[in-house]
Amino acid sequence: MKKVIKQVAAIGAAGALLAAGVAFSQAKVSDGIVKIGVLTDLSGLYSDLAGPGSVLAAQMAIDDFRAETKGGAPFKIEIVSADHLNKGDIAANRAREWFERDNVDMIADLVTTSTALAVMPIAQKLGKITIVSGAASTLITNEQCTENNVHWTYDTYALANGTGRAVVKQGGDSWYFLTADYAFGHSLEKDTGAVVQASGGKVLGAVRHPFPGTDFSSFLLKAQASGAKVIGLANAGTDTTNSIRQASEFGITPKQQLAGLLMFVSDVHSLGPKVAGGMYLTETFYWDLNEQTRAWSKRFFDKQKRMPTMVHAGVYSGVLHYLRSVAATGTDDAKAVMGRMRATPVNDFFAPGARIREDGRLIKDAYLFQVKTPAESKGPWDLYHLRQTIPADQAWQPLADSRCALVTKKK
Amino acid sequence: MNVRVNGTLLGIALLLVVGLIAPLLVYPTFMMKVWCFALFACAFNLLLGYTGLLSFGHAAFLSVGGYLAGHACKAWGFTPELGILLGTCAGGAVGYVFGWLAIRRSGIYFAMITLALSQMIYFVWLQAPFTGGEDGLQGVPRGRAFGLIDLDNIYAMYYFVFAVFMAGFLLIYRTIHSPFGQVLKSIRENEPRAISLGYDVDRFKVLAFTLSAALSGTAGATKTLVFQLASLSDAHWHMSGEVVLMTLLGGLGTVFGPVVGALLVITLQNQLPQGVGAWVPVIMGSIFVVCVTAFRRGIVGELQALFRR
Repeated sequence: MKKVIKQVAAIGAAGALLAAGVAFSQAKVSDGIVKIGVLTDLSGLYSDLAGPGSVLAAQMAIDDFRAETKGGAPFKIEIVSADHLNKGDIAANRAREWFERDNVDMIADLVTTSTALAVMPIAQKLGKITIVSGAASTLITNEQCTENNVHWTYDTYALANGTGRAVVKQGGDSWYFLTADYAFGHSLEKDTGAVVQASGGKVLGAVRHPFPGTDFSSFLLKAQASGAKVIGLANAGTDTTNSIRQASEFGITPKQQLAGLLMFVSDVHSLGPKVAGGMYLTETFYWDLNEQTRAWSKRFFDKQKRMPTMVHAGVYSGVLHYLRSVAATGTDDAKAVMGRMRATPVNDFFAPGARIREDGRLIKDAYLFQVKTPAESKGPWDLYHLRQTIPADQAWQPLADSRCALVTKKK
Repeated sequence: MNVRVNGTLLGIALLLVVGLIAPLLVYPTFMMKVWCFALFACAFNLLLGYTGLLSFGHAAFLSVGGYLAGHACKAWGFTPELGILLGTCAGGAVGYVFGWLAIRRSGIYFAMITLALSQMIYFVWLQAPFTGGEDGLQGVPRGRAFGLIDLDNIYAMYYFVFAVFMAGFLLIYRTIHSPFGQVLKSIRENEPRAISLGYDVDRFKVLAFTLSAALSGTAGATKTLVFQLASLSDAHWHMSGEVVLMTLLGGLGTVFGPVVGALLVITLQNQLPQGVGAWVPVIMGSIFVVCVTAFRRGIVGELQALFRR
């Protein structure tokens, strides 16, 4: 009897084939466990904008995925997390250990560019996947792009582009840059300067401050003396928040306008609307965009007691898309899963319908926000006016300008 | 005396056995890191423990070796052993210049000069185009040692690194026990007397400094190959402090002390619970304080004293 059944199955109706496919795929997830590593800044400068919140976001993605499959996913999911202290060597060390020893399949977040660039080639070499959410540099999808990587949430091009263009359009047509004196600051200054000039604005000059800096007074006074309408802050983290605070103390704002080129809702929250009110900035996510973002953010807030940043939302979105792709292909083989991730549009509140481009860039809408003034803000997290939605096809660096070998090889 | 020599030989044999079987018991990449830092600390010990010169800029040599070897392997297609050789020579060359300048002063001034010079190197790496600044130099290929052994195999890489370490370690051991090493010790104990005996002390100091820097370069180059990455934290003054800690903790002026110290510090950094993160330097500092107040001779030094009693 058994034999007969086997034969019937072997002759193969489509259903049988499908069943066999599922059975086969079950065997193909290595050791039956999909292991996700969240490598982030758990203790330092960026632990508010990523950190524990990123771990929570990844866990929420796993929970939602389980709910979606009703526990029917044919594999176990585990999550591990570690602190990379924003140092490339520590990140590389940990990633290698996770991949080689602990069978981690995918690493998410990676908050600073140095950590992302350190982990990406290791993942590529060992056949694993990276989903970068926290890091900013466009190097990740250009010179240093890899097949197994997706740059999920944002990059400096999108932020500079969005803010630069919009501010010029609002009449801020003369710029002066306050730049952190290292590679990141220089490239941000250069990118934004190009956008400003292309939009018809003028760049009057730039002053470079040491990184990391604490006292920005002399640099700010120079920027003030330049008479530029807009002071572009080509720096990040505490450098940005400190320069904004000091600009406010010197009375530079609101006479001259500040433009933060890399800022997160967590930075604005800590500055408060009184100091940051009126500033323009670009992000790819804000909790108060629509019904779905509010619903998800509320869940996040209930556990974390903070509203999510775009980095958190990006981690959630990336992990969920990854898990769905693993379920669909039935394997944790990086090549197959990455193929599936690239072939299917993302479907969640963060990036509905977004696609992953050849260079590993997730292409989604970005948003230009203006920070509310104290009079307009109704709560501690009610911080942004949405001024403009930058459509996906305009927000990112055009593929034609790509310096990624995966793209240029094909030409 | 006889017992001591035998003790040292026994120690070397033990080190060899541990080194050979370690990858079967412990995660190999972790052990590779330990060997790299052990070599770095041993090189440092040659200077501090045996010549009595406290350099506070040894991170510079580690990073010179690391960055140059990394760049050579990545951009110029050097094989790993040539990369390490280049790193060693470069470390030695920079060390010669540093040493030549710094030995004009002694004590705290010597330490400050080395610190200042190493900070200069740090800023060179921060601004130089090929190092990637803050981002670091990534994707250094491990390549094939001598064109034959594929170092992408984790065990091949491990034994390669262990061989480099043993070579460096034995060289230092030989140096310490050579007439040259005896002169270094005499300088440590009483410099004016060494001068009065007719030794050109400055020359010996510069030589010791250069040798120490060259071996630090070796350690840096090897480390870069292990992690396929050179980063600014190798050049940061924290690193110069860390190597002092490793050496002191293990035992200043002992052959095996720096190895034990490196093993301890690296294990600690690796095993500290999560969330401690930014507190690591504070914890390291506390250990340092405990070490210099409670057991000044370091772990190996105290053990030796115990057995000699």
